[in-house]
Amino acid sequence: MNKVYATIGDALDGIEDGMDVMIGGFGGAGAPIELIHALVDRYETTGSPGRLTVINNNAGNGAVGIAAMIYAGMVARMVCSFPRSSDPKAFTEKYLAGEIGLELVPQGTLAERIRAGGAGIPAFYTPTSYGTDVAEGKPVAEFDGRHYVQERWLKADVALIKAECADAKGNLTYRKAARNFSPLMAMAARTTIVQASRIVAPGEIGPEHVVTPGIFVDRVVQVANPQQEEALLREGAK
Amino acid sequence: MADKLTNAQIAWRAAQDLPDGAYVNLGIGFPEMIAKFKPQGREVIYHTENGVLDFGEAPPAGEEDWDLINAGKKAITLNAGASFFHHADSFAMVRGGHLDVAVLGAYEVSENGDLANWSTGPGSVPAVGGAMDLVHGAKQVWVVTDHVTKKGEPKLLRQCRLPLTGVACVTTVYTSLAVIDIRGGRFVLREKLPGMSLDALQALTEATLVVESPVKDLVVPEV
Repeated sequence: MNKVYATIGDALDGIEDGMDVMIGGFGGAGAPIELIHALVDRYETTGSPGRLTVINNNAGNGAVGIAAMIYAGMVARMVCSFPRSSDPKAFTEKYLAGEIGLELVPQGTLAERIRAGGAGIPAFYTPTSYGTDVAEGKPVAEFDGRHYVQERWLKADVALIKAECADAKGNLTYRKAARNFSPLMAMAARTTIVQASRIVAPGEIGPEHVVTPGIFVDRVVQVANPQQEEALLREGAK
Repeated sequence: MADKLTNAQIAWRAAQDLPDGAYVNLGIGFPEMIAKFKPQGREVIYHTENGVLDFGEAPPAGEEDWDLINAGKKAITLNAGASFFHHADSFAMVRGGHLDVAVLGAYEVSENGDLANWSTGPGSVPAVGGAMDLVHGAKQVWVVTDHVTKKGEPKLLRQCRLPLTGVACVTTVYTSLAVIDIRGGRFVLREKLPGMSLDALQALTEATLVVESPVKDLVVPEV
């Protein structure tokens, strides 16, 4: 078994117009910048893939990463918990102009919906958002005297993930808090595409240290010395 | 003493109530200041929603690692014994009742413990983050806030007017004028500034302040 792809372009094949794309990362930590920008370049060259639904905690910051996708015009809708950032112009302008959709999901509910999607659980109940506008229209049930809101699973066509280390079988580790949503998204997407700083021989990531088991990963491409979104923004990237 | 506490003083007062050995989540912004005032000799382990337990102070400028951040996207450092975990585990810690204290800011709090702190209504980009999760699960949910709005209107209300973050979730409110526990759907006054009469405090509070036991003086050092 060898899930390693030679180039980012090859690894991104098959991403089509209108797809749901989960993108790992929380703020700049874990954002797969090289995968994202290769996809932006492809859209700007070929006009595809467009009309994407992007699932991430945030909705882009500055003009790199998801913000670059939004500026390019390839995002129809965001599913996120916090579409604000230190420089949220890309999303805010399009949102207020009615040019991009937003499904606002509380952060823990977003994580659990993705986990449920990856785990084959079509719905679950959470106390989060009970009695608030966010729960409007969702079924409510009482368990042991407390009210809970029903939430549905969330799946995607593709997940784009940044890992620290991968092996050819797709086993992954992450760097520090760059882990965040990525192990969940890797489970919940039909095709999980990973950029990894290092690719090692199977066995070099000890079985007790694997964070995402390879069964959840389809494609791995090496990006040595990847860009870090927050560092880029602080350097004034445009 | 000034006629009201500064935010730093409110944070100091809340910090004095942190239980030894507690697992605590401090909300982004104002609540984060509480860490600075933790009493000596008390151990507190901080949780941040993006997947870190037991983090320490901010690193010196220039030594930030932007893969090591808190939920406010600020750089942090790790204490010995820290751990990383994914978001589903992080919010299992929240919703599963494993946190001892969560501290948040507020636009409004109602006497039955409803909290409004995420939306000022239509016309802006809505953003909720982890607040709606945090208010359900922690054993105690504290609010730190000015007692009144910038316009001088009460923030402690009979019913919230702004969109709710959670229903009946707040347990204690630390304000610029008082410390108030929420019990049985009522604001129970624990402490107030010594220079302020109960009537004067009540005039700045929409819902009734209940006095169940002698009200203590809210005395906070200059910080």
